[in-house]
Amino acid sequence: MWMLEIPPFVPFFIGALMAAMTRGILRNALMVMIPIVSGLHLWMIPEGVYLQFAFLEYQLIPYSVDKLSLMFGYVFHIAALIAIVYSLHVRDTMQQVAAMLYAGSALGAVFAGDLLTLFVFWELLAFTSVFLIWARRTQSAYTAGMRYLIIQVLSGVILLAGTLFYAADKGTLEFGYIGLDSIAGWLILMAFGIKCAFPMAHNWLTDAYPEATVTGTVFLSAFTTKVAVYALARGYPGTELLVYIGAAMTCFPIFFAVIENDLRRVLAYSLINQVGFMVVGIGIGTALAINGAVSHAFNDVIFKGLLFMSMGAVLHMTGRINGSDLGGLYKTMPKTTILCIVGAASISAFPLFSGFVSKSMVMSAALENGHDWIWLMLLFASAGVFHHAGIKIPYFAFFAHDSGLRVSDPPNNMLLAMFIAAGLCIAIGIYPGALYALLPYDTGYNPYDATHVLAQTQLLFFSALAFVWLNLKGKYPPELRSTNLDFDWIYRRALPQGLQKVFSTIWQIDNTIRQAFLTKLDVCLGYISSKNHRLSGLLSRNYPAGSMVLWVAVILASYLFLSFFTKFFY
Amino acid sequence: MENNKRPDDKQSDGKKYLFDDPKNIKRLLNGFYVCCGVLVLLDFVIHRHISHSWENLWGFYPIYGFVGCVILVVVATWMRTFLMRDENYYDPEQNDSPAQLNPTEKGERNVDA
Repeated sequence: MWMLEIPPFVPFFIGALMAAMTRGILRNALMVMIPIVSGLHLWMIPEGVYLQFAFLEYQLIPYSVDKLSLMFGYVFHIAALIAIVYSLHVRDTMQQVAAMLYAGSALGAVFAGDLLTLFVFWELLAFTSVFLIWARRTQSAYTAGMRYLIIQVLSGVILLAGTLFYAADKGTLEFGYIGLDSIAGWLILMAFGIKCAFPMAHNWLTDAYPEATVTGTVFLSAFTTKVAVYALARGYPGTELLVYIGAAMTCFPIFFAVIENDLRRVLAYSLINQVGFMVVGIGIGTALAINGAVSHAFNDVIFKGLLFMSMGAVLHMTGRINGSDLGGLYKTMPKTTILCIVGAASISAFPLFSGFVSKSMVMSAALENGHDWIWLMLLFASAGVFHHAGIKIPYFAFFAHDSGLRVSDPPNNMLLAMFIAAGLCIAIGIYPGALYALLPYDTGYNPYDATHVLAQTQLLFFSALAFVWLNLKGKYPPELRSTNLDFDWIYRRALPQGLQKVFSTIWQIDNTIRQAFLTKLDVCLGYISSKNHRLSGLLSRNYPAGSMVLWVAVILASYLFLSFFTKFFY
Repeated sequence: MENNKRPDDKQSDGKKYLFDDPKNIKRLLNGFYVCCGVLVLLDFVIHRHISHSWENLWGFYPIYGFVGCVILVVVATWMRTFLMRDENYYDPEQNDSPAQLNPTEKGERNVDA
């Protein structure tokens, strides 16, 4: 059937074109229709459909469908729909078009069957998403967007280099298991790692996401990192290195999140923490672990979107997002408060919320495979994520000290989007079977046994108890207006300053050498001229008039002499 | 649109809300302490499948959660001593913080675009 052969990025790109040309209600209707129609179409597609053609001497597969890519395809449609509904009030064509192209690129990337197609969508993701940051139209958004773009494009360039090595090595571009046995494998892992926000490559995320527009951040949080997770799950399942990288990713951001003031930046740090769980799952690589990673990615897109939406609603209504400026908003934003708490409960993996049914798979897999220390780190990270995303976000925005702000709940479209996301969080939490049925493997896993539920609830309640205790004691770090240094200090401060120092030193040395040479040259000239500076000397600058008259007389005399001779001979 | 009504500065309305009454906070906290207590007691009632020897330790999860979070906060607070800088550390000349903004300029910042 011809319908089958339309890759899902096509409707989104057409949608972008239509969004550019239409306005008002018509545009809103079209933009909502696109993910619904495309999602229904994808729902009916069986596994194994693919499209291929020959390009130069390689087979390109721009569209290939299996269970893994379908999972991400579904959740990207859901995320696009939610984010589009959330941004229906926006009257900024650039954002609407960029958002559609961005969602389309993400779908293109997860259905790419070969590395070259993946590379094309990889770069498109960067170029389309940066407009969602620039659309904020502030100076800091512009510079943060620039840094974001440079790092994302760098990731693409490394991916292309890896792809070329891979093609030369294996003679095929097909995107399957890659592994770390060649230089191509390492290069491609590096490219995936940058987009996946591996430690030390993570600052593009915490730098740029909080600078994007209210609605832009919701799109951004859904796609880029999850495409990278998908790519890792396809190329590097069972790579042990990823277990350690992922465990580091779960732990270090929570420290930064606790002391961060910008609440959307807190969420950006917790996004890295959640991606860490997925990376650990991929690194373990068993059926249960991969299922855990993929389903956690699925859930994370929804609950992290919900949290970003609720903080976006706060920013939209109050114009502020720093914890130090907010507080007491539950009084006049009750719906947003409740929806935010649902998101917070989901990310904290409370039983009956979506995070619980997926995160516990990764943790169980870590234990089953003898990664005891990793399991302890994940357990610590679970407590920590509850601490900063589950308690800190709602507490400092909606409760804490009364900021005196009395704003109403956000526009209805924003509430509806949050409501859909919250509904999904609870639905998946209560009935995980629907989600499990879509997973790549059938493991018969049941999250709701007494052991898991009790252990997780105890962990979370006593984390909360720690928060309460520290708060009552006045030991909890207050929200302060500040910038916390992170790894980006290296390239935002140390490198520029270092380079400036190096160049100013080079310039000074160069200047000294030039000056010294010029002085020497001057001295030489002075010496030579002083030597010849006698009256009527060979190179002298001064000649007396008398000597000139003499020489003119000599010339005239010789002329006379010559003319006399010529007359004499002819 | 609703954000036309957006207040630009403090404007407490003098109404009493749920947590303005310290009694309600007390009630909430007491309820929470009871839940914590019950969860610890449940440890004795429910038989769990152990997959790690440490889970056998009495109150492993509650203690780990509590101690872990206290350590997290203490370390994070300590990190502030050497990581915290001024808000405009990276771009000293620009000033985006809303507190210093004139309320009339807010629309131009386009936060709601």
